[in-house]
Amino acid sequence: MSEKEIKNHGTGQSLSLEEIFEQRIARDEKIEPKDWMPEKYRKTHIRQISQHAHSEIIGMLPEGNWITRAPSLRRKVALLAKVQDEAGHGLYLYSACETLGISREELYEQLHTGKAKYSSIFNYPTITWADMGAIGWLVDGAAIINQVPLCSTSYGPYARAMIRVCKEESFHQRQGYEIMITLANGTPEQKEMAQDALNRWWWPSLMMLGPTDAESVHTAQSMKWKLKRKTNDELRQQFIDQTVPQAELIGLTIPDPDLKWNEEKGSYDFGEIDWDEFWQVVKGHGPCNKERMAARVNAWEKGEWVRDAAMAYAKKQEDKKLKKAI
Amino acid sequence: MKNNWPLWEVFVRSKNGLEHRHFGSIHAADAEMALENARDVYTRRNEGVSIWVVESKHITASNPENNGELFEPAQDKVYRHPTFYTLPDEVKHM
Repeated sequence: MSEKEIKNHGTGQSLSLEEIFEQRIARDEKIEPKDWMPEKYRKTHIRQISQHAHSEIIGMLPEGNWITRAPSLRRKVALLAKVQDEAGHGLYLYSACETLGISREELYEQLHTGKAKYSSIFNYPTITWADMGAIGWLVDGAAIINQVPLCSTSYGPYARAMIRVCKEESFHQRQGYEIMITLANGTPEQKEMAQDALNRWWWPSLMMLGPTDAESVHTAQSMKWKLKRKTNDELRQQFIDQTVPQAELIGLTIPDPDLKWNEEKGSYDFGEIDWDEFWQVVKGHGPCNKERMAARVNAWEKGEWVRDAAMAYAKKQEDKKLKKAI
Repeated sequence: MKNNWPLWEVFVRSKNGLEHRHFGSIHAADAEMALENARDVYTRRNEGVSIWVVESKHITASNPENNGELFEPAQDKVYRHPTFYTLPDEVKHM
């Protein structure tokens, strides 16, 4: 509809394009790539979807660290498949993001120059095999809680990508928890290794669900556009409530002395999160920020000749075909 | 970067008897690589038995701004639907 038609539409009340757009979202209609959208909607979506894609791509690095050292073939094929899924998820998300009119090269450029962020959790090191268990169980667990509501978000290509991601994600969490169960039931050293991994990954996993509602600058707008269906604090509470019994079941202790069941609210109370640490890592001062970014940029730059060669080969094949046709 | 791989749209038939459905897009240097990449990205769990790829630039899409002219004319043609026609109650199965 043109702007003029919109003004004459229905009650004679004139609605702006933006008001019509907001009404469509309120009615749960999906927005598709060629539909009119406010510039802020486009920008916010590019920011969130690309940040999500970058997280999948960088997220492969801490786990890739253990593929060659997995303790058995069973563990190795599972970890390999998980990391391959993460590459796939990154690609689904990049392609959804590109429908908003930004190119893959621009997206990579934003990642490589630090203009775009990725999830801070991947700036922590993976120092023992138990970290593969803790990442699957906690990091993927928190990611699932974040991602499930996005399957019904307002932007069509993002929602469709998320449906595919969520379907594949639950194996990730199960394989992680299974590693933790096995270690927790193993020798005292193995159990200790599992506990140590839980100690190191617990707090960063809670931070992964984002700043507190009071600090979160994007929440209100994101709720309106269904980019978010629950606030960060609600998601965090949900994560804690579902994870604590899983730790107890396998005899591991959550590293929070203030953690206590609150009968009245029917959920757990928990201790203060160290937000200074969170912001330090976001700002680039985490234990592995530099290492992650260097690995990523290195892979991209060192791969340039391969990408060029593939294009040269494609052109040669195309030219051959043309010659034959003549 | 001058040598960027072009974008391809991927369509997958999930099983024989069903049509190909749009699954997403990927980058690849040529059609053969596009098929291979589509297989790795979109069919890791038996999602398909056949893949089509087409370079995105070859797709012509209608503009949602023209949806009025394009699709509204169909809305008032109720006579294209069977329920528009009245039948005596005695007639079954028509």
